[in-house]
Amino acid sequence: METITSKKTAKNNPEKLRVSGAEAIIHCLLAEGVDLIYGYPGGAIMPVYDELYKFQDRLTHILTRHEQGATHAAQGYARVSGRVGVAMATSGPGATNLVTGLADAQIDSTPMVCITGQVPRHLLGSDAFQETDIIGISTPVTKWNYQITKAEEIPDIMAKAFYIARSGRPGPVLIDITKNAQFDELDFHYEACKGVRSYQPVAKVNEKDLDAAADLINKAAKPYIVFGQGVILGKAEQELKQLVEKAGIPAAWTILGLSAMNTDHPLNVGMVGMHGNYGPNVLTNECDVLIAIGMRFDDRVTGNLETYAKQAKIIHMEIDPAEIDKNVKVDIALLGDAKETLQALLPRIKKNKHEAWRNEFREKYEEEFKEVIEKDLHPTKAGLTMGEVVEEINQATKNKAVIVTDVGQHQMVACRYAKFDQSKSNITSGGLGTMGFALPAAIGAKMGAMDREVVAIIGDGGYQMTIQELATIYQNKLAIKIVVLNNDHLGMVRQWQELFFESRYASTVMTNPDFVKIAEGYHLKARRVTERKDLKAAVTEMIAYKEPYFLEVKVEKEDNVFPMIPSGASVSDIRLK
Amino acid sequence: MEKKWFTISVYSENNVGLLNRISGIFLKRHINIEGLNVSKSEIEHVSKFTIVVFTTEDWTRKIVAQIEKQIEVIKAFYHTDEEIIYQESALFKIASHLLFDERQIQNIIKESNSQIVTVSREFFVLAKTGRRHEIDEMHDQLEPYGILQFVRSGRIAVTKASMPITAMLNAYENQE
Ligand SMILES: Cc1cc2nc3c(=O)[nH]c(=O)nc-3n(C[C@H](O)[C@H](O)[C@H](O)COP(=O)(O)OP(=O)(O)OC[C@H]3O[C@@H](n4cnc5c(N)ncnc54)[C@H](O)[C@@H]3O)c2cc1C
Ligand SMILES: Cc1ncc(C[n+]2csc(CCOP(=O)(O)OP(=O)(O)O)c2C)c(N)n1
Ligand SMILES: [Mg+2]
Repeated sequence: METITSKKTAKNNPEKLRVSGAEAIIHCLLAEGVDLIYGYPGGAIMPVYDELYKFQDRLTHILTRHEQGATHAAQGYARVSGRVGVAMATSGPGATNLVTGLADAQIDSTPMVCITGQVPRHLLGSDAFQETDIIGISTPVTKWNYQITKAEEIPDIMAKAFYIARSGRPGPVLIDITKNAQFDELDFHYEACKGVRSYQPVAKVNEKDLDAAADLINKAAKPYIVFGQGVILGKAEQELKQLVEKAGIPAAWTILGLSAMNTDHPLNVGMVGMHGNYGPNVLTNECDVLIAIGMRFDDRVTGNLETYAKQAKIIHMEIDPAEIDKNVKVDIALLGDAKETLQALLPRIKKNKHEAWRNEFREKYEEEFKEVIEKDLHPTKAGLTMGEVVEEINQATKNKAVIVTDVGQHQMVACRYAKFDQSKSNITSGGLGTMGFALPAAIGAKMGAMDREVVAIIGDGGYQMTIQELATIYQNKLAIKIVVLNNDHLGMVRQWQELFFESRYASTVMTNPDFVKIAEGYHLKARRVTERKDLKAAVTEMIAYKEPYFLEVKVEKEDNVFPMIPSGASVSDIRLK
Repeated sequence: MEKKWFTISVYSENNVGLLNRISGIFLKRHINIEGLNVSKSEIEHVSKFTIVVFTTEDWTRKIVAQIEKQIEVIKAFYHTDEEIIYQESALFKIASHLLFDERQIQNIIKESNSQIVTVSREFFVLAKTGRRHEIDEMHDQLEPYGILQFVRSGRIAVTKASMPITAMLNAYENQE
């Protein structure tokens, strides 16, 4: 039974249409402006696939080679385009294969609607063929989910699904549709959802709190901004830049906030967190006012909370009330959308420069450059580093590419060194850390930004978790550039074993297949680089290539990513080696 | 931080899946639900969950924030025992011969203000409504004589302060 009371838009589609539930689903998707979905067919969703066949001129369905791939593709699409990604699967195993993508989208606040088929209503609860309680399974990893058992419910529920997925703090929604509801007919009439009475997506900015925050910022001697994905989700990039420039405040980013501000901006001081930059971490414990914008103080960012920014007054701009005081107790919470909050705050902010304070970041950068960065980007040793590959990609793409990364050392290196001059360009699995994310996410990223270069940087481990999506790339002629940084190890775990488990490399050494041959088996142009002298030419060739391109770079097997905050340590205790 | 009893009141749309969502929030944090009651509320089509926990205020606040975040939840509050008027009920099933063999039992029944709901040859049933500690005390007094069955209901509670749910819902209706 549908029970949420929701607001509808004025009737924009007054004539009634008698259609099957399956066809209604297509009309709902079209009404929401969806023209692209990812998925995988099967028994319980076949009526919808039959309609997809009929509507293929208006709605493109991309067959991924695994349902997990469909979710990550939908996520990649959502992350570059800011639109809702859509994935579809059958009941049972099709539905359970969506779970990792749902969990990833939930923790990284990615707007996504997943549609699953389900056994007919009269068989629910009978252990029917391919019946699984996907509502029960997906409840903890969805912003909302709902099982449709009657065709008439489809328009309202679909409208609500899209509204909930994209409003407020975005997230994944799963709609499970029994097969009878797909076959049965209904009078179709669609109205976009404008609100749900039990759900307040965005709070109004509180004027008093704004005054107090402005006062703190204006009086601060060492103000410091840490921004996160909320800036991108709230489209507040311009307002962030204005605040930074007007008040002369150094700003650092979480890896999900990366690309919200030009990486070459003089006030962009780099990355916070476990493998972040030296200055941004150490100076977190020296600033006097910490302004957190659209970031949720993840433990990878804060290290030990007992020693995190204790000296500072903290201002938190955040859309989700449940994030306030969740990890870090703050002095002023500015609840609301980051864009609106910043717009209201800006006129209250006085101009400033904070030269001496900014210098502290420069000094720390110099230290880090000597100890770490120079060796990563301009190595003199024989083996190739991950950093120099990323640097070549920067140069070949002129900082204009969308960079999609998987999870591990290569991810950290890419986030540290990739350069961006536009937002929504760094696509990575942050909160869940899902190995296997990058290849399918790159498919979605490419299709969400067809005119842009999309480079997927992937480890040899994670690559093999969703490698079958090479077929999707080939079939759809997607000119994605795939770079596997092959260290023959589960590098990130190996690094921890080296540092904290006395180099006992339990199950982190891999004997890998011939990746070039595999890519060629999928009909992709492929090349391997094993020596520095060939790197530049290979990257240049790859970027110039008009079709998908696979590049394997054999990098040093046992390099470590530094700086590093050992888990449980303070941001001040970040290690340079 | 000190652990205390907190009563969480959740106003929500009637929804089959919501209990699952809410209980998952407690499960994730390993916080035991000490009492749970679901009923209709003073507002038509709005349900009320009354959940009792014994934990710190900090955890309670965080849990309430997570509950309130669920789409179908209209509003969630938490209160200490001092801020609410509450009742719990309990049933005690006791062997009938004890009523005659153990004179003290009759005193316990009188002093605890409980009622005999039914008496048969084999057993009788006592019903007691009151605050949690009153039921605990009665349980402790009866226990030495042997309790055949015991059950305690979830808590029901109303707050001393007013709950602005109707106003919130009206405000929503009047938007735009
Ligand atoms: C191996 C590994 C290592 C990692 N190391 C690091 C590291 O060193 N440094 C690092 O930063 N991360 C690291 N991460 C990622 C980390 O786990 C988190 O995913 C990341 O820090 C979260 O960034 P965030 O808070 O900006 O984004 P999110 O988790 O997406 O949070 C965004 C916040 O913004 C809020 N928000 C959303 N929309 C708006 C809006 N319109 N207005 C205002 N607020 C809004 C949301 O409610 C949320 O609280 C690592 C991940 C992996 C897998
Ligand atoms: C699905 C999944 N399983 C396990 C992990 C734990 N994990 C994190 S990083 C990592 C190693 C990744 O190895 P690789 O893909 O080769 O990247 P590298 O670190 O070598 O760059 C592992 C196993 C994970 N994040 N995701
Ligand atoms: Mg590796």
